[in-house]
Amino acid sequence: MGSQGGFGKSKEFLDLIKSIGESRSKAEEDRIVLREIESLKARLGDPNTSKFKLKEYIIRLVYVEMLGHDASFGYIHAVKMTHDENLHLKRTGYLAVTLFLNEDHDLIILIVNTIQKDLKSDNYLVVCAALNAVCRLINEETIPAVLPRVVELLGHQKEAVRKKAVMALHRFHRRAPGSVSHLIANFRKRLCDNDPGVMGATLCPLFDLIMADVDSFKDMVVSLVNILKQVTERRLPKNYDYHQMPAPFIQIKLLKILAVLGSGDKKASEQIYTILGDIMKKSDSTTNIGNAILYECICCVSSLHPNPKLLEAAADGISKFLKRDSHNLRYLGVGALSRLIKISPEIAEQHQLAVIYCLEDPDDTLKRKTFELLYKMTNSSNVEVIVDRMIDYMISINDGHYKTEIASRCIEVAEQYAPSNQWFIQTMNKVFEHAGDLVNSKVAHSLMRLIAEGFGEDDAAADSQLRSSAVESYLHIMGDPKLPSAFIQVICWVLGEYGTADGKHSATYITGKLCDVAEAHAIDDIVKAYAVTALMKIYSFEIAAGRKVDILPECQSLIEEMLASNSTDLQQRAYELQDITGLDAHAVKNIMPKDSACEDFEIDKNLSFLDDYIRRALENGAQPYIPENGRLGMSDVTHFTSQENHESSFHALRFEAYERPKPAVALNIPPALDPSTEVPVPELSYLADIQQPIPPVPSASNIGSSELKLRLDGIQKKWGRPTYSSPVPSTSSTDIIKNQNKANQPISVGSSNAKASTVSYDSRKQVQEISPEKQKLAASLFGGASKSDGKQSSSSSKVSKPLHRPAEKSRSVTTFDTTIVKPSQPPPDLLDLGEPSFTNTAPSVDPFKQLEGLLDLTPEKPASNAFRAGTTDAPNLMSLFTDMSLNVQGDSLVNSISNMIDKNGLGGNTGAPSTPQTNKGPNLKAALEKDAFVRHMGVMPSGQDPNLFKDLLS
Amino acid sequence: MIRGVIIMNDQGKPRLVKFYEFQPVEKQQELIRSIYRILCSRAENVSNFVKVDSLCGKDVRLVYKTYATLYVVFIFDNSENELAMLDLMQVFVETMDRCFSNVCELDVVFNFNKMHTILDEIILGGQVLETNSSEIVKAVEEILKSLFRSVCVCVCLLHTQVNINIDCLKLMLTTYVLQVGKTFKFKHSRIINFWLAGSVAAV
Repeated sequence: MGSQGGFGKSKEFLDLIKSIGESRSKAEEDRIVLREIESLKARLGDPNTSKFKLKEYIIRLVYVEMLGHDASFGYIHAVKMTHDENLHLKRTGYLAVTLFLNEDHDLIILIVNTIQKDLKSDNYLVVCAALNAVCRLINEETIPAVLPRVVELLGHQKEAVRKKAVMALHRFHRRAPGSVSHLIANFRKRLCDNDPGVMGATLCPLFDLIMADVDSFKDMVVSLVNILKQVTERRLPKNYDYHQMPAPFIQIKLLKILAVLGSGDKKASEQIYTILGDIMKKSDSTTNIGNAILYECICCVSSLHPNPKLLEAAADGISKFLKRDSHNLRYLGVGALSRLIKISPEIAEQHQLAVIYCLEDPDDTLKRKTFELLYKMTNSSNVEVIVDRMIDYMISINDGHYKTEIASRCIEVAEQYAPSNQWFIQTMNKVFEHAGDLVNSKVAHSLMRLIAEGFGEDDAAADSQLRSSAVESYLHIMGDPKLPSAFIQVICWVLGEYGTADGKHSATYITGKLCDVAEAHAIDDIVKAYAVTALMKIYSFEIAAGRKVDILPECQSLIEEMLASNSTDLQQRAYELQDITGLDAHAVKNIMPKDSACEDFEIDKNLSFLDDYIRRALENGAQPYIPENGRLGMSDVTHFTSQENHESSFHALRFEAYERPKPAVALNIPPALDPSTEVPVPELSYLADIQQPIPPVPSASNIGSSELKLRLDGIQKKWGRPTYSSPVPSTSSTDIIKNQNKANQPISVGSSNAKASTVSYDSRKQVQEISPEKQKLAASLFGGASKSDGKQSSSSSKVSKPLHRPAEKSRSVTTFDTTIVKPSQPPPDLLDLGEPSFTNTAPSVDPFKQLEGLLDLTPEKPASNAFRAGTTDAPNLMSLFTDMSLNVQGDSLVNSISNMIDKNGLGGNTGAPSTPQTNKGPNLKAALEKDAFVRHMGVMPSGQDPNLFKDLLS
Repeated sequence: MIRGVIIMNDQGKPRLVKFYEFQPVEKQQELIRSIYRILCSRAENVSNFVKVDSLCGKDVRLVYKTYATLYVVFIFDNSENELAMLDLMQVFVETMDRCFSNVCELDVVFNFNKMHTILDEIILGGQVLETNSSEIVKAVEEILKSLFRSVCVCVCLLHTQVNINIDCLKLMLTTYVLQVGKTFKFKHSRIINFWLAGSVAAV
């Protein structure tokens, strides 16, 4: 025996654990466990094993699974064990089952019946065991099978059962919110439970319910404040004290709920101020738990409607945290600061040093929390310092997940507040260099767009300066062989687009660099594609400018290699490049106009430019196009196509022979009206030159001319898209060319460029307008005197020790005072409410009387109905509940409820939203369906369950 | 909500693993391994909180504390207060201590089903159910008492079947019961005597 003996455990088990404990390697441990599994398999299967032995085996099984081995062969034995009469076997069974199975496991269906039976047991320990299992194993489909019984258990005489029943309902709520939405009144009722434990447990579901729908619980503020008050006045039994704090966990939960209820609601906030102030005054900062409460208070203050006094107290609390040596407390302090900073920016200023101190701490957790704070307080005047720090940190860590996060934050902040182009480009370079493969590819694209569009200022000189600085820095950086692919892509694109734009670098130089890149990344097709396209751009700019193009030998070999590439995309690009270099200046200018990256394409989906052509064709006697659905009675051909459509949509093989379409009819279809001709025909005369020998318009008459070819088409079409004409193999390529072809653009280059830049300017401006608060705050933190338009400030003005600068405190404080509401008066009646509470009454209530009362309550239907009526038209129901918390037991319950409803009737209906009822509409149906489903599966014994229906239907 | 509770020793061997959302065995092992790696890499005298959103999802944190050779780890999301979790852990450990009197790793290893019982009284379905250490101990003892009773009855039945001398049986039973009573630290010997009388009467 003794502590090592455990109870009822054999020597074997001890030996097993010992040998596992002593095993030197994972392999050895695995061997031992596998041997154990073998022996368990044999013994569990043996019908002569005694029950108590079986219990031990199950525990060993749990142990084996905890070590990471598959124990599924024994699941069924665990399930069987839950059926046992003996409480201990049953508990072990439930324990094993809750650890083994997930709620959708097939075996669950075998357990639901046992659970139902156990929930009705006389032994409350059995009921508790079943409720434990309910919390873990019941899924959405089986909820209706146990729901009525669990609701009944809310009135059980044992507080342990009530507590667990509340939790079970909460679990149901999380699983399927609809299933318990008619029971919200029950949760409210449990809040007034005699037992503080049950009350505390009820706060968990209430928190979730309130998070989901704040407005319908606003009436509870008063009663929750009341409860909190009683808790802090030590009205709860002594044994709820923890380190001399009265029921701290309940306090914290209440504060969390109040924070949600009071957020953005001035009236509710005013009701909370007094108690919050009291708690913060009383808070004991020597113990952990006292600090936890203080922290929760600060969080609560930060989400309430601002109150200067409380904010001051909160700031005090934060400085207490930050001054401490304990990392935990400083962590909380930084967390609290980042919450409070949103409503009260100036408090950051007094903690500058502490924050920087945290930033340099070796503790990673603290550092990250501090970076979160910095991220929240970044603005245009401190962005350089913060982003520098972030990047340094990013480089120093290995955790990919966090690296990604911090990289994307850097980019976000840099985009928003960049003080200069130069700085922005350099920052981006750094970020991409160290985390390029981790950041979202969108970021790379937005960087390209940014370089293309410029910063939005109207002056083109700044834009071109930005571009040339980008080109310079890229040319400088691109020799590094370890650059991530995403960054190389950006570099290639920028070099292609702007490499020769300012005339500093010759085309030969740039193309040489590009070839080097393509060779260095020989396996990365995307980079190669970017490089080839960049080459194409540079060559075509050269041609367009009338200069002679001499293709470097290495470029030539690169192009030749790509012409034979396996990747069709690369091949395509290489062919295009080859063809373009052979064209004259005029054509190239049209295909590749200079500096047109930010123009919008307008794709004319109606092909309206063909109208003229069609009109002419019609005038020449062509037949008009008949839409597919209008062609029904026309001919075999239509039959053929429709059948094709039909078949391909089912992806079925066709076994009968293909019928032959009649060429004569096919000829009747005019070529231009072919449904699949999406190629813009008439204007693409030069395209025909560029393209490989593909007839630009596949004409149906061609098809009709040869029967053999037609049949091939038919076969091809079986697997392809259900179109009638032969496919155009070069559609995609023409599209590409078309996209690059600015000749078709209806908008002229100059105007569209201007338009694009003004749009981006506007959006940028908006972004700045959103964050004046942030800017003000950081100005005070980092002492930057720069205004919100500090973007122009050059990077040379970077402050080495910005933290010690005096801040514009006075300004921010005055503005703050004007915006802030006056401190509210404490509601006078609050103090009077400390009437005899449930805590005092708890010991004095005769348990038997209570039991009787609860038994009287068991017909759940009238009670819940009354409650529902109450909730729908009594918004201040809860206050009434707390008032009569004494009476809410026994048979007086129904009376008092009806009283209350009367009172409410007199008080007038405030038109409270009847959400509970509207919610019920669909839920009723769903619940009934589920119920039917469960019945169908035979899970639920008949008899007790009509309760559910009554409850739902009435 | 609390996502899970893990107790492991300083070599990374799991001693108690409980997740409140189902996790397949492989995932559990992976989590335990990576959490162990994180905990090992942390210096002494740093904060007890670690953000583990790369392992378990957004905003998930863990709080850990070392007790002798054991790491106790609570994993939870942002609806819980970190410092309060640290104290909840303290409640948990205090309760263990009261149940085992000076809890050590061996107690945890050999009684891990009892550990689950304790934990189930504190956290249910990922929510904090009870934070009052003495209430928890009371609830756990209730359960164990019933176990004790059933074992007594069992022993009696066993002995009647083998037909030993009734005095001998009484003696055996008394020693057995006293031993068991000591193991479980029942404060009231009255209860033990009561059951003893009951069992003997049954014989």
